Amino acid sequence: MSKIEEIRVGLNSCGIAAGGNEVYNALKEETKKRKLSIRLKSVGCIGMCYSEPLVDVIQDGKAVTYGMVKPKLVADIIEAHLGKREKKETVEKFIVKGDDIRTKEDSFFDKQVKIVLRNCGIIDPDDIDEYISRDGYKAIEKVIGELTQEKVIEMIQESGLRGRGGAGFPTGIKWDLARASKDGKKFIVCNGDEGDPGAFMDRSTLEGDPHSVIEGMLIGAFAIGACEGYIYVRAEYPLAVKRLRNAIKKSKKYGFLGKNILGTKFSFDINIIEGAGAFVCGEETALMASIEGKRGMPRTRPPYPAVSGLWGYPTNINNVETWANIPFIILHGPSSFNQYGKDRSKGTKVFSLAGKIVRGGLVEVPMGITLREVIFDVGGGILGDKKFKAAQLGGPSGGCIPESLIDTPVDYESITKTGAIMGSGGMVVMDEETCMVDVARFFLSFTQDESCGKCTFCRVGSKRMLEILTRITEGKGKEGDIETLEKLSQEIKSGSLCGLGQTAPNPVLTTIRYFRDEYEEHIKNKKCPAHKCRSLITYSIDSDKCTGCGRCKIVCPVGAVTGEPKKMHTIDSEKCSRCGFCRDACNFDAIKVE
Amino acid sequence: MPEIGFCNKFMEMSLFKAREIIKKYQGKEGVLITILQEIQDVYGFLPKDTLEIVAQERSIPPATLFGIVTFYSQFKLSPCGEHIIKVCHGTACHVTGAERITEAIVGMLNIKEGETTSDSKFTLEKVACLGCCSLAPCIMIDDKVYGKLTADKAKRVIKRIAHDAEKG
Ligand SMILES: Cc1cc2nc3c(=O)[nH]c(=O)nc-3n(C[C@H](O)[C@H](O)[C@H](O)COP(=O)(O)O)c2cc1C
Ligand code: FES
Repeated sequence: MSKIEEIRVGLNSCGIAAGGNEVYNALKEETKKRKLSIRLKSVGCIGMCYSEPLVDVIQDGKAVTYGMVKPKLVADIIEAHLGKREKKETVEKFIVKGDDIRTKEDSFFDKQVKIVLRNCGIIDPDDIDEYISRDGYKAIEKVIGELTQEKVIEMIQESGLRGRGGAGFPTGIKWDLARASKDGKKFIVCNGDEGDPGAFMDRSTLEGDPHSVIEGMLIGAFAIGACEGYIYVRAEYPLAVKRLRNAIKKSKKYGFLGKNILGTKFSFDINIIEGAGAFVCGEETALMASIEGKRGMPRTRPPYPAVSGLWGYPTNINNVETWANIPFIILHGPSSFNQYGKDRSKGTKVFSLAGKIVRGGLVEVPMGITLREVIFDVGGGILGDKKFKAAQLGGPSGGCIPESLIDTPVDYESITKTGAIMGSGGMVVMDEETCMVDVARFFLSFTQDESCGKCTFCRVGSKRMLEILTRITEGKGKEGDIETLEKLSQEIKSGSLCGLGQTAPNPVLTTIRYFRDEYEEHIKNKKCPAHKCRSLITYSIDSDKCTGCGRCKIVCPVGAVTGEPKKMHTIDSEKCSRCGFCRDACNFDAIKVE
Repeated sequence: MPEIGFCNKFMEMSLFKAREIIKKYQGKEGVLITILQEIQDVYGFLPKDTLEIVAQERSIPPATLFGIVTFYSQFKLSPCGEHIIKVCHGTACHVTGAERITEAIVGMLNIKEGETTSDSKFTLEKVACLGCCSLAPCIMIDDKVYGKLTADKAKRVIKRIAHDAEKG
């Protein structure tokens, strides 16, 4: 039997949360106990967050991936690979992927193309040598050795890369503006604020392959002539910060960062700034105010950052994913990138799939693929036997795309046409049990909370909209509410300075556009078709199904359930707080909601 | 600035640490938020006295500093519990039942969002996405994320932490 060469454990935040560290420790112990010289390494996320913790075993140059691994299973996996036949059978059902094996999970990868995530889940993010062994820092060597500023920018322009932070501004054009700004000092900023709830692409990239972002920034710095950079990471991502700090340290040690890079006159250094919990700081001018140590409030543009950014100096700001694309484009040429995509949207897009989806995780797909392919082929469809209702794209600035438009291709223009936006890549899938009015209320309460308060329309208008939406979900909706919401939406859109206010009404407008009857049910008939809005539903117990086990009675926090053991139980509707704990606890599906 | 209540832990600690942090960044730009974060890391919140030093040393009017501190949700002006429970109310967690998780914890600890238990063990907070959406619904306690929760599982996690803390 051949030797096991390497074992990898996915230890991004998601892997750790699923118990990856415990699995890693078990592997460490097991290999030590058996005196096996196996390289055990911690890697980022290959995207299959739904079957975390993940363990890859590399033997004879071939990888086998196991999913949902528990520490208990570790010994069996090792023994199976050492040739124990009966253990092979035990562990087989945990295989989710293999170089030589077809599994039903392969469809998760079949339509994916990995450019941004090329190293995630494969290399140890804390080991710069691994990054280098996969052509890391070759792009910056090429830039410094062979290319001019103009040539670099030309290549980025030719690739068709557009900003992945949401707005989709052509990256090459942005760089050219910053390069053309005549001024001694210039800055590069990486926007890792990732404020959209339901999005985790940037976290995964920073945690899984921090050097690709650093190398991208280096290339950008060379192209525009900047000497200093900032990476702004949101407060909730401590692991990303830790790995970035380590990567910067190593990169300095190797001479890729710091003074006189690779022995040339080019110098560039990177600082990390941790956000302090304000969504609006993802907006570029607010972000820069925050780095300067001010309240993170957006200001009017122009002047654009390319002309006057950090402390008034020309600054080029791009999103994490945008930066991670750069080394690939430079190294392999623009056509290797723009061979993927459609019309004015080139390359790939990373999405974080979450919500009521079977395979929640991180995926990278070529632009132009349809939403149906992303959700059903890659994502495996909807959880349970439920029906697909909508996909939410673009977070609080985006919208809900209904089933009738599920064949919309993933490109900036087509998605904008639906009323949603491409956004940064959060895709939250909703099923028939999701109430669209409640979703609209949810986003409004978010934006209302996060509005910095500078513009009256955004500050007060969003509050009025939230009040109306809350009223509707409470069964106190009035005739004319929908029209008032529409009117307020237009006013907020036109009366706000920054993208937060300009896009805040989008979730409301798209849900009204595609789910107007659901609003009307709430308002006219005081009914919530999805059985979600508490004021509009009642809980009861199905006498045919109830076995009298009493679980519902135990979990009810308000004492609304009564009944003798082994006899049918009942719910007192007056007392019931409609929390749904009983429904979660019932093993017999006996709790009805109407 | 609001009066900050009496806090033993803080009284024992001198302002020395805060001064040290400020000194470390002397002459540097773009570090105010970092300084405040590091001070909060040490004291658990931003005691009024430390803010006065920051204002003085960095030549920022106290009112401006207060405006900055209150702008960011991360900064706290009063002490929190030993463990901070952050319940995610991001989109993915919202559609998969975050509300119920909060409700269960509220019922268990007898505090509302934003409050601290009377024994100063737990503070309950609401956050807008922990970036582990594929494991929704999730909560973060201190720096650890717990995912794929039900109301029951969430309660068990907290019980275990309370129990471990008692054992020391
Ligand atoms: C309210 C608001 C929040 C934003 N949040 C983010 C964010 O979290 N991450 C991001 O990269 N861009 C965010 N943006 C977009 C940035 O302003 C900016 O366009 C982007 O960082 C530019 O990078 P790109 O060209 O590479 O996309 C946000 C914009 C607005 C208006
Ligand atoms: S929505 Fe809860 S972790 Fe992202």
